Amino acid sequence: MNRSRLQNWMFSGSLLAAFLLQLMPLPPGAEPFKPYWLGLVVLYWAIEAPERMGLGLAFALGLVGDLLVGELLGEQAMRLVVLAFIVLRFRSRLRFFPLGQQTLAVLALLLNDRVVTLMIRGFSGEAMPPATFWIAPLTGTLAWPMLYVLLDNLRLRQRGAD
Amino acid sequence: MAIARDNAATLFAEGGASTLRLILCLGLAITLMVVDHHAHYLQTLRRTANLVVEPAYRLAALPADVARATRTAVVTQDQLASENRELREQLLLAQARLNRLDALLAQNERLKGLLEAQKNLGLSVQFARLVDVDLDPFRHRIVLDVGSAQGAKVGQPVIDAHGIMGQLVEVLPNTSVAMLITDPTHAIPVVIERTGLRAIAYGSGATDTLDLRDIPRSADIRSGDKLLTSGLGGRFPAGFPVGVIGDVSTDSKGMFIAATARPAAALDRSGEVLLLQEQQQPYGPPAPQEVVGPPAELAGPSPDAAPASPTPDLTPPTQDTP
Repeated sequence: MNRSRLQNWMFSGSLLAAFLLQLMPLPPGAEPFKPYWLGLVVLYWAIEAPERMGLGLAFALGLVGDLLVGELLGEQAMRLVVLAFIVLRFRSRLRFFPLGQQTLAVLALLLNDRVVTLMIRGFSGEAMPPATFWIAPLTGTLAWPMLYVLLDNLRLRQRGAD
Repeated sequence: MAIARDNAATLFAEGGASTLRLILCLGLAITLMVVDHHAHYLQTLRRTANLVVEPAYRLAALPADVARATRTAVVTQDQLASENRELREQLLLAQARLNRLDALLAQNERLKGLLEAQKNLGLSVQFARLVDVDLDPFRHRIVLDVGSAQGAKVGQPVIDAHGIMGQLVEVLPNTSVAMLITDPTHAIPVVIERTGLRAIAYGSGATDTLDLRDIPRSADIRSGDKLLTSGLGGRFPAGFPVGVIGDVSTDSKGMFIAATARPAAALDRSGEVLLLQEQQQPYGPPAPQEVVGPPAELAGPSPDAAPASPTPDLTPPTQDTP
Protein backbone atom coordinates (compact mmCIF):
# COMPACT_ATOMS: atom_id res chain seq x y z
CA MET A 1 0.00 0.00 0.00
CA ASN A 2 2.66 2.40 1.15
CA ARG A 3 4.88 1.39 -1.71
CA SER A 4 2.28 1.86 -4.39
CA ARG A 5 1.49 5.27 -2.98
CA LEU A 6 5.17 6.18 -3.09
CA GLN A 7 5.31 4.95 -6.66
CA ASN A 8 2.31 7.05 -7.52
CA TRP A 9 3.96 10.09 -6.01
CA MET A 10 7.10 9.45 -7.94
CA PHE A 11 5.20 8.89 -11.16
CA SER A 12 3.24 12.11 -10.95
CA GLY A 13 6.21 14.01 -9.49
CA SER A 14 8.43 13.09 -12.40
CA LEU A 15 5.77 14.20 -14.87
CA LEU A 16 5.25 17.48 -13.04
CA ALA A 17 9.00 18.07 -12.98
CA ALA A 18 9.10 17.38 -16.72
CA PHE A 19 6.44 20.02 -17.35
CA LEU A 20 8.29 22.57 -15.24
CA LEU A 21 11.65 21.76 -16.83
CA GLN A 22 10.01 22.20 -20.20
CA LEU A 23 8.89 25.68 -19.20
CA MET A 24 12.10 26.68 -17.46
CA PRO A 25 14.27 29.03 -19.47
CA LEU A 26 17.86 28.36 -20.43
CA PRO A 27 20.30 31.21 -20.89
CA PRO A 28 19.82 32.91 -24.26
CA GLY A 29 21.74 31.07 -26.95
CA ALA A 30 21.39 27.74 -25.17
CA GLU A 31 17.66 27.43 -25.79
CA PRO A 32 17.82 25.09 -28.78
CA PHE A 33 19.77 22.66 -26.60
CA LYS A 34 16.87 21.99 -24.28
CA PRO A 35 15.85 18.34 -24.45
CA TYR A 36 12.21 17.35 -24.76
CA TRP A 37 11.89 16.46 -21.09
CA LEU A 38 8.26 15.48 -21.23
CA GLY A 39 9.00 13.06 -24.05
CA LEU A 40 11.92 11.55 -22.15
CA VAL A 41 9.87 11.00 -18.99
CA VAL A 42 7.00 9.49 -20.96
CA LEU A 43 9.56 7.27 -22.65
CA TYR A 44 10.94 6.09 -19.32
CA TRP A 45 7.57 5.20 -17.88
CA ALA A 46 6.47 3.51 -21.07
CA ILE A 47 9.54 1.28 -20.85
CA GLU A 48 9.44 0.62 -17.12
CA ALA A 49 5.77 0.77 -16.21
CA PRO A 50 3.60 0.25 -19.27
CA GLU A 51 0.61 -0.50 -17.06
CA ARG A 52 0.67 3.15 -16.03
CA MET A 53 1.75 4.83 -19.24
CA GLY A 54 -0.75 3.88 -21.88
CA LEU A 55 -1.55 5.68 -25.09
CA GLY A 56 -4.49 7.42 -23.47
CA LEU A 57 -2.34 8.95 -20.74
CA ALA A 58 0.31 9.98 -23.25
CA PHE A 59 -2.43 11.70 -25.21
CA ALA A 60 -3.75 13.49 -22.11
CA LEU A 61 -0.24 14.60 -21.09
CA GLY A 62 0.30 15.96 -24.56
CA LEU A 63 -2.89 17.99 -24.27
CA VAL A 64 -1.66 19.45 -20.98
CA GLY A 65 1.67 20.24 -22.62
CA ASP A 66 -0.13 22.01 -25.44
CA LEU A 67 -2.19 23.94 -22.95
CA LEU A 68 1.00 25.15 -21.29
CA VAL A 69 3.28 25.93 -24.20
CA GLY A 70 1.58 24.99 -27.42
CA GLU A 71 0.32 26.86 -30.40
CA LEU A 72 -1.91 24.15 -31.79
CA LEU A 73 -3.97 21.93 -29.51
CA GLY A 74 -3.13 18.30 -30.19
CA GLU A 75 0.41 18.76 -31.48
CA GLN A 76 2.22 17.38 -28.46
CA ALA A 77 -0.58 14.89 -27.92
CA MET A 78 0.15 13.40 -31.31
CA ARG A 79 3.91 13.44 -30.75
CA LEU A 80 3.63 11.69 -27.40
CA VAL A 81 1.16 9.11 -28.70
CA VAL A 82 3.54 8.22 -31.52
CA LEU A 83 6.45 8.06 -29.08
CA ALA A 84 4.57 5.93 -26.56
CA PHE A 85 3.22 3.62 -29.23
CA ILE A 86 6.64 2.81 -30.66
CA VAL A 87 8.09 2.27 -27.20
CA LEU A 88 5.23 0.06 -26.07
CA ARG A 89 5.51 -1.99 -29.25
CA PHE A 90 9.23 -2.61 -28.88
CA ARG A 91 9.26 -2.50 -25.12
CA SER A 92 10.32 -6.11 -24.63
CA ARG A 93 13.47 -5.44 -26.62
CA LEU A 94 14.18 -1.91 -25.45
CA ARG A 95 14.01 -2.99 -21.85
CA PHE A 96 16.74 -5.55 -22.18
CA PHE A 97 19.07 -3.47 -24.29
CA PRO A 98 22.25 -2.40 -22.54
CA LEU A 99 22.14 1.29 -21.64
CA GLY A 100 24.34 2.35 -24.57
CA GLN A 101 22.20 0.60 -27.13
CA GLN A 102 19.06 1.87 -25.45
CA THR A 103 20.42 5.41 -25.70
CA LEU A 104 20.88 5.00 -29.43
CA ALA A 105 17.28 3.79 -29.70
CA VAL A 106 16.22 6.89 -27.78
CA LEU A 107 18.09 9.04 -30.27
CA ALA A 108 16.17 7.42 -33.09
CA LEU A 109 12.89 7.96 -31.23
CA LEU A 110 13.63 11.62 -30.56
CA LEU A 111 14.64 12.22 -34.17
CA ASN A 112 11.41 10.57 -35.24
CA ASP A 113 9.59 12.88 -32.85
CA ARG A 114 11.23 15.84 -34.55
CA VAL A 115 10.10 14.57 -37.93
CA VAL A 116 6.54 14.25 -36.63
CA THR A 117 6.74 17.82 -35.28
CA LEU A 118 8.03 19.09 -38.58
CA MET A 119 5.20 17.34 -40.39
CA ILE A 120 2.56 18.83 -38.11
CA ARG A 121 4.03 22.33 -38.40
CA GLY A 122 4.37 21.98 -42.13
CA PHE A 123 0.72 21.02 -42.47
CA SER A 124 -0.41 23.85 -40.23
CA GLY A 125 1.46 26.31 -42.43
CA GLU A 126 4.15 27.39 -40.00
CA ALA A 127 7.56 28.45 -41.18
CA MET A 128 10.26 25.79 -41.27
CA PRO A 129 12.45 25.99 -38.16
CA PRO A 130 16.19 26.64 -38.54
CA ALA A 131 18.86 23.94 -38.46
CA THR A 132 19.26 24.28 -34.68
CA PHE A 133 15.90 22.50 -34.46
CA TRP A 134 17.82 19.23 -34.73
CA ILE A 135 20.11 19.84 -31.75
CA ALA A 136 17.50 19.04 -29.10
CA PRO A 137 17.31 15.29 -29.92
CA LEU A 138 21.08 15.07 -29.46
CA THR A 139 21.02 16.74 -26.04
CA GLY A 140 18.00 14.62 -25.19
CA THR A 141 20.04 11.53 -26.02
CA LEU A 142 22.82 12.76 -23.76
CA ALA A 143 20.32 13.37 -20.97
CA TRP A 144 18.71 9.95 -21.30
CA PRO A 145 21.28 7.80 -19.43
CA MET A 146 21.30 10.26 -16.54
CA LEU A 147 17.52 10.41 -16.38
CA TYR A 148 17.26 6.65 -16.65
CA VAL A 149 19.76 5.98 -13.90
CA LEU A 150 18.25 8.66 -11.66
CA LEU A 151 14.67 7.42 -11.95
CA ASP A 152 15.75 3.78 -11.72
CA ASN A 153 17.73 4.54 -8.60
CA LEU A 154 14.81 6.28 -7.00
CA ARG A 155 12.57 3.34 -7.78
CA LEU A 156 15.05 0.82 -6.42
CA ARG A 157 15.42 2.84 -3.25
CA GLN A 158 11.69 2.75 -2.77
CA ARG A 159 11.75 -0.97 -3.21
CA GLY A 160 14.54 -1.16 -0.65
CA ALA A 161 12.69 1.04 1.81
CA ASP A 162 9.76 -1.29 1.66
CA MET B 1 5.35 -9.69 -9.54
CA ALA B 2 6.16 -7.68 -12.60
CA ILE B 3 8.65 -10.14 -14.01
CA ALA B 4 6.16 -12.98 -14.01
CA ARG B 5 3.78 -10.99 -16.11
CA ASP B 6 6.55 -10.09 -18.50
CA ASN B 7 7.25 -13.74 -19.05
CA ALA B 8 3.62 -14.45 -19.66
CA ALA B 9 3.41 -11.81 -22.35
CA THR B 10 4.62 -12.85 -25.76
CA LEU B 11 7.18 -10.80 -27.60
CA PHE B 12 4.58 -9.36 -29.95
CA ALA B 13 1.76 -8.91 -27.50
CA GLU B 14 -0.29 -5.84 -28.29
CA GLY B 15 -1.37 -5.02 -24.74
CA GLY B 16 -1.91 -1.33 -24.15
CA ALA B 17 -0.44 -0.40 -27.50
CA SER B 18 -2.93 -1.93 -29.85
CA THR B 19 -3.09 -0.52 -33.33
CA LEU B 20 -6.75 0.27 -32.87
CA ARG B 21 -5.96 2.51 -29.93
CA LEU B 22 -3.15 4.17 -31.84
CA ILE B 23 -5.48 4.96 -34.72
CA LEU B 24 -8.10 6.28 -32.31
CA CYS B 25 -5.62 8.55 -30.53
CA LEU B 26 -4.03 9.79 -33.73
CA GLY B 27 -7.42 10.44 -35.25
CA LEU B 28 -8.49 12.39 -32.20
CA ALA B 29 -5.26 14.39 -32.21
CA ILE B 30 -5.59 15.21 -35.89
CA THR B 31 -9.23 16.23 -35.44
CA LEU B 32 -8.26 18.49 -32.55
CA MET B 33 -5.46 20.07 -34.55
CA VAL B 34 -7.60 20.67 -37.63
CA VAL B 35 -10.43 22.17 -35.59
CA ASP B 36 -8.02 24.30 -33.58
CA HIS B 37 -6.25 25.46 -36.71
CA HIS B 38 -9.52 26.87 -37.99
CA ALA B 39 -11.25 27.94 -34.80
CA HIS B 40 -8.29 28.86 -32.53
CA TYR B 41 -10.00 27.69 -29.39
CA LEU B 42 -6.71 26.81 -27.66
CA GLN B 43 -6.36 30.40 -26.49
CA THR B 44 -9.89 30.38 -25.14
CA LEU B 45 -9.18 27.10 -23.43
CA ARG B 46 -5.96 28.49 -21.94
CA ARG B 47 -7.84 31.50 -20.65
CA THR B 48 -10.37 29.19 -19.04
CA ALA B 49 -7.62 27.03 -17.55
CA ASN B 50 -5.63 30.01 -16.27
CA LEU B 51 -5.85 28.67 -12.72
CA VAL B 52 -3.44 25.94 -13.81
CA VAL B 53 -1.48 27.73 -16.50
CA GLU B 54 -0.53 30.90 -14.66
CA PRO B 55 0.82 29.22 -11.50
CA ALA B 56 2.78 26.83 -13.71
CA TYR B 57 4.39 29.79 -15.49
CA ARG B 58 5.23 31.50 -12.21
CA LEU B 59 6.57 28.28 -10.71
CA ALA B 60 8.77 27.62 -13.72
CA ALA B 61 10.07 31.19 -13.62
CA LEU B 62 10.95 30.89 -9.95
CA PRO B 63 14.50 29.49 -10.31
CA ALA B 64 15.45 32.22 -12.76
CA ASP B 65 13.99 34.84 -10.43
CA VAL B 66 15.84 33.39 -7.47
CA ALA B 67 19.07 33.33 -9.47
CA ARG B 68 18.62 36.96 -10.39
CA ALA B 69 17.80 37.94 -6.83
CA THR B 70 20.86 36.09 -5.58
CA ARG B 71 23.03 37.81 -8.13
CA THR B 72 21.75 41.17 -6.94
CA ALA B 73 22.21 40.20 -3.32
CA VAL B 74 25.80 39.04 -3.59
CA VAL B 75 27.03 41.68 -6.02
CA THR B 76 29.96 43.60 -4.60
CA GLN B 77 29.83 47.24 -3.66
CA ASP B 78 32.42 47.99 -6.31
CA GLN B 79 30.18 46.67 -9.06
CA LEU B 80 27.23 48.52 -7.63
CA ALA B 81 29.18 51.76 -7.51
CA SER B 82 30.38 51.42 -11.07
CA GLU B 83 26.90 50.50 -12.26
CA ASN B 84 25.51 53.47 -10.39
CA ARG B 85 28.05 55.76 -12.03
CA GLU B 86 27.20 54.37 -15.43
CA LEU B 87 23.50 54.84 -14.88
CA ARG B 88 24.07 58.37 -13.62
CA GLU B 89 25.93 59.23 -16.81
CA GLN B 90 23.18 57.70 -18.90
CA LEU B 91 20.59 59.65 -16.95
CA LEU B 92 22.50 62.88 -17.52
CA LEU B 93 22.65 62.18 -21.22
CA ALA B 94 18.98 61.27 -21.35
CA GLN B 95 18.08 64.36 -19.36
CA ALA B 96 19.99 66.59 -21.74
CA ARG B 97 18.24 64.98 -24.68
CA LEU B 98 14.91 65.35 -22.96
CA ASN B 99 15.47 69.04 -22.38
CA ARG B 100 16.12 69.57 -26.04
CA LEU B 101 13.13 67.40 -26.80
CA ASP B 102 10.92 69.54 -24.60
CA ALA B 103 11.74 72.57 -26.68
CA LEU B 104 11.04 70.62 -29.85
CA LEU B 105 7.82 69.29 -28.39
CA ALA B 106 6.64 72.81 -27.60
CA GLN B 107 7.57 73.95 -31.07
CA ASN B 108 5.81 70.95 -32.55
CA GLU B 109 2.66 71.72 -30.57
CA ARG B 110 2.72 75.31 -31.80
CA LEU B 111 3.17 74.28 -35.41
CA LYS B 112 0.48 71.67 -35.11
CA GLY B 113 -1.83 74.28 -33.65
CA LEU B 114 -1.11 76.47 -36.63
CA LEU B 115 -1.91 73.63 -39.01
CA GLU B 116 -4.95 72.62 -36.95
CA ALA B 117 -3.67 69.09 -37.28
CA GLN B 118 -5.36 66.22 -35.58
CA LYS B 119 -3.90 66.16 -32.12
CA ASN B 120 -1.90 63.07 -31.22
CA LEU B 121 -2.60 61.60 -27.87
CA GLY B 122 0.38 61.61 -25.57
CA LEU B 123 2.33 58.41 -25.24
CA SER B 124 0.88 56.42 -22.39
CA VAL B 125 2.62 53.26 -21.37
CA GLN B 126 2.30 50.49 -18.88
CA PHE B 127 5.24 48.84 -17.21
CA ALA B 128 5.49 45.07 -17.46
CA ARG B 129 8.01 42.51 -16.32
CA LEU B 130 9.07 39.42 -18.17
CA VAL B 131 8.07 36.08 -16.67
CA ASP B 132 11.07 33.95 -17.42
CA VAL B 133 9.58 30.92 -19.11
CA ASP B 134 10.49 29.36 -22.39
CA LEU B 135 7.48 28.47 -24.50
CA ASP B 136 9.35 27.16 -27.51
CA PRO B 137 12.76 28.30 -28.69
CA PHE B 138 11.59 28.16 -32.29
CA ARG B 139 8.59 30.35 -31.72
CA HIS B 140 9.52 33.79 -30.54
CA ARG B 141 7.17 34.35 -27.65
CA ILE B 142 7.67 36.07 -24.32
CA VAL B 143 5.45 35.92 -21.27
CA LEU B 144 4.67 39.15 -19.40
CA ASP B 145 3.28 39.57 -15.90
CA VAL B 146 0.36 41.77 -16.82
CA GLY B 147 -2.96 40.48 -18.01
CA SER B 148 -6.53 41.50 -18.62
CA ALA B 149 -6.87 42.34 -14.90
CA GLN B 150 -4.21 45.04 -15.45
CA GLY B 151 -5.85 46.27 -18.63
CA ALA B 152 -3.71 44.51 -21.23
CA LYS B 153 -5.37 43.83 -24.56
CA VAL B 154 -4.50 41.66 -27.53
CA GLY B 155 -2.66 43.68 -30.15
CA GLN B 156 -0.93 46.13 -27.82
CA PRO B 157 2.60 46.96 -28.97
CA VAL B 158 5.43 45.98 -26.63
CA ILE B 159 8.53 48.18 -26.58
CA ASP B 160 11.71 48.48 -24.59
CA ALA B 161 14.11 51.40 -24.19
CA HIS B 162 15.56 50.88 -27.67
CA GLY B 163 12.61 50.09 -29.88
CA ILE B 164 9.70 47.87 -30.80
CA MET B 165 9.81 44.36 -29.39
CA GLY B 166 6.54 42.87 -30.56
CA GLN B 167 2.86 42.74 -29.79
CA LEU B 168 0.54 40.94 -27.42
CA VAL B 169 -1.07 37.92 -29.01
CA GLU B 170 -2.74 36.35 -26.03
CA VAL B 171 -3.99 37.77 -22.76
CA LEU B 172 -4.74 35.68 -19.68
CA PRO B 173 -6.14 37.22 -16.47
CA ASN B 174 -2.71 37.97 -14.94
CA THR B 175 -0.31 36.97 -17.67
CA SER B 176 0.02 37.75 -21.32
CA VAL B 177 1.99 36.32 -24.21
CA ALA B 178 3.70 38.58 -26.71
CA MET B 179 4.98 37.66 -30.14
CA LEU B 180 8.37 39.16 -30.93
CA ILE B 181 9.00 40.91 -34.22
CA THR B 182 11.53 38.20 -35.09
CA ASP B 183 8.91 35.44 -35.07
CA PRO B 184 8.71 33.91 -38.55
CA THR B 185 4.98 34.61 -38.68
CA HIS B 186 5.33 38.27 -37.73
CA ALA B 187 5.54 41.24 -40.06
CA ILE B 188 5.73 44.92 -39.26
CA PRO B 189 5.28 47.86 -41.63
CA VAL B 190 8.37 50.06 -41.53
CA VAL B 191 9.71 53.14 -43.19
CA ILE B 192 13.36 53.91 -43.82
CA GLU B 193 14.23 57.04 -41.89
CA ARG B 194 16.66 58.48 -44.43
CA THR B 195 14.56 58.12 -47.57
CA GLY B 196 11.00 57.55 -46.40
CA LEU B 197 10.84 54.30 -48.36
CA ARG B 198 8.11 52.02 -47.06
CA ALA B 199 8.74 48.32 -46.57
CA ILE B 200 7.65 45.39 -44.48
CA ALA B 201 10.05 43.75 -42.03
CA TYR B 202 9.36 40.05 -41.58
CA GLY B 203 10.60 37.98 -38.68
CA SER B 204 13.33 35.59 -39.69
CA GLY B 205 13.22 33.10 -36.85
CA ALA B 206 16.61 34.22 -35.52
CA THR B 207 16.55 36.66 -32.61
CA ASP B 208 18.96 39.07 -34.28
CA THR B 209 17.58 39.32 -37.81
CA LEU B 210 14.61 40.80 -39.63
CA ASP B 211 14.04 40.24 -43.33
CA LEU B 212 12.98 42.92 -45.79
CA ARG B 213 11.92 41.34 -49.05
CA ASP B 214 10.61 42.54 -52.35
CA ILE B 215 12.11 46.00 -52.34
CA PRO B 216 12.29 47.42 -55.87
CA ARG B 217 15.78 47.40 -57.34
CA SER B 218 15.63 51.10 -57.95
CA ALA B 219 15.05 51.82 -54.25
CA ASP B 220 17.64 53.74 -52.30
CA ILE B 221 18.53 51.53 -49.38
CA ARG B 222 21.90 50.87 -47.86
CA SER B 223 23.53 49.27 -44.90
CA GLY B 224 23.17 51.36 -41.74
CA ASP B 225 19.80 52.86 -42.62
CA LYS B 226 17.47 53.17 -39.65
CA LEU B 227 14.04 51.57 -39.76
CA LEU B 228 11.10 53.19 -38.02
CA THR B 229 7.53 52.01 -37.70
CA SER B 230 5.44 53.59 -40.42
CA GLY B 231 2.16 53.48 -38.54
CA LEU B 232 0.42 51.93 -41.53
CA GLY B 233 -2.02 49.23 -40.61
CA GLY B 234 -2.83 50.95 -37.36
CA ARG B 235 -1.27 48.33 -35.10
CA PHE B 236 2.02 50.04 -34.26
CA PRO B 237 2.17 53.81 -33.81
CA ALA B 238 4.47 55.62 -36.22
CA GLY B 239 8.02 56.69 -35.46
CA PHE B 240 9.36 53.97 -33.16
CA PRO B 241 12.76 52.51 -34.00
CA VAL B 242 12.53 48.95 -35.33
CA GLY B 243 16.08 48.18 -36.43
CA VAL B 244 19.09 48.99 -38.51
CA ILE B 245 19.68 47.65 -42.02
CA GLY B 246 22.51 45.15 -42.12
CA ASP B 247 23.40 43.77 -45.51
CA VAL B 248 21.59 44.53 -48.74
CA SER B 249 21.64 42.09 -51.62
CA THR B 250 19.64 41.00 -54.63
CA ASP B 251 17.18 38.21 -53.95
CA SER B 252 17.49 34.76 -55.52
CA LYS B 253 15.42 35.66 -58.59
CA GLY B 254 17.33 38.86 -59.19
CA MET B 255 14.10 40.86 -59.44
CA PHE B 256 14.10 42.56 -56.06
CA ILE B 257 16.40 43.70 -53.31
CA ALA B 258 16.37 41.62 -50.14
CA ALA B 259 17.83 43.25 -47.05
CA THR B 260 18.31 42.09 -43.50
CA ALA B 261 18.03 44.26 -40.43
CA ARG B 262 19.13 43.98 -36.84
CA PRO B 263 16.29 44.70 -34.38
CA ALA B 264 16.81 47.82 -32.29
CA ALA B 265 15.20 46.38 -29.17
CA ALA B 266 17.20 44.06 -26.93
CA LEU B 267 14.93 41.13 -27.72
CA ASP B 268 16.81 38.49 -25.78
CA ARG B 269 18.02 40.67 -22.91
CA SER B 270 15.18 42.92 -21.81
CA GLY B 271 13.84 42.08 -18.37
CA GLU B 272 11.37 44.95 -18.22
CA VAL B 273 9.25 46.16 -21.08
CA LEU B 274 6.61 48.79 -21.74
CA LEU B 275 3.18 48.17 -23.15
CA LEU B 276 1.89 51.00 -25.29
CA GLN B 277 -1.67 51.86 -24.44
CA GLU B 278 -4.18 51.82 -27.21
CA GLN B 279 -3.93 55.10 -29.09
CA GLN B 280 -6.63 56.71 -31.08
CA GLN B 281 -5.42 55.94 -34.54
CA PRO B 282 -6.80 58.11 -37.28
CA TYR B 283 -8.70 55.58 -39.33
CA GLY B 284 -9.41 56.13 -42.98
CA PRO B 285 -8.74 59.39 -44.80
CA PRO B 286 -8.64 62.57 -42.71
CA ALA B 287 -11.78 64.69 -42.57
CA PRO B 288 -11.87 67.37 -45.27
CA GLN B 289 -10.82 70.77 -44.02
CA GLU B 290 -13.39 73.51 -44.43
CA VAL B 291 -11.00 76.45 -44.54
CA VAL B 292 -8.28 76.41 -47.15
CA GLY B 293 -5.45 78.88 -46.99
CA PRO B 294 -4.01 80.87 -44.07
CA PRO B 295 -6.14 81.58 -40.99
CA ALA B 296 -8.58 84.49 -41.28
CA GLU B 297 -6.65 86.97 -39.13
CA LEU B 298 -3.54 86.59 -41.28
CA ALA B 299 -5.34 86.55 -44.62
CA GLY B 300 -6.63 90.09 -44.26
CA PRO B 301 -10.23 91.33 -44.64
CA SER B 302 -10.78 90.58 -48.34
CA PRO B 303 -8.79 89.73 -51.49
CA ASP B 304 -8.91 93.27 -52.91
CA ALA B 305 -7.75 94.78 -49.61
CA ALA B 306 -4.79 92.40 -49.48
CA PRO B 307 -2.37 94.53 -51.54
CA ALA B 308 -2.81 97.26 -48.94
CA SER B 309 -1.26 95.18 -46.20
CA PRO B 310 2.41 95.55 -47.21
CA THR B 311 2.03 99.34 -47.33
CA PRO B 312 3.29 99.98 -43.76
CA ASP B 313 6.74 98.72 -44.84
CA LEU B 314 6.72 101.00 -47.81
CA THR B 315 5.46 104.11 -46.04
CA PRO B 316 8.78 105.49 -44.75
CA PRO B 317 10.39 105.76 -48.23
CA THR B 318 7.21 107.30 -49.74
CA GLN B 319 7.16 109.91 -46.97
CA ASP B 320 10.85 110.72 -47.62
CA THR B 321 10.45 111.49 -51.32
CA PRO B 322 8.40 114.72 -51.20
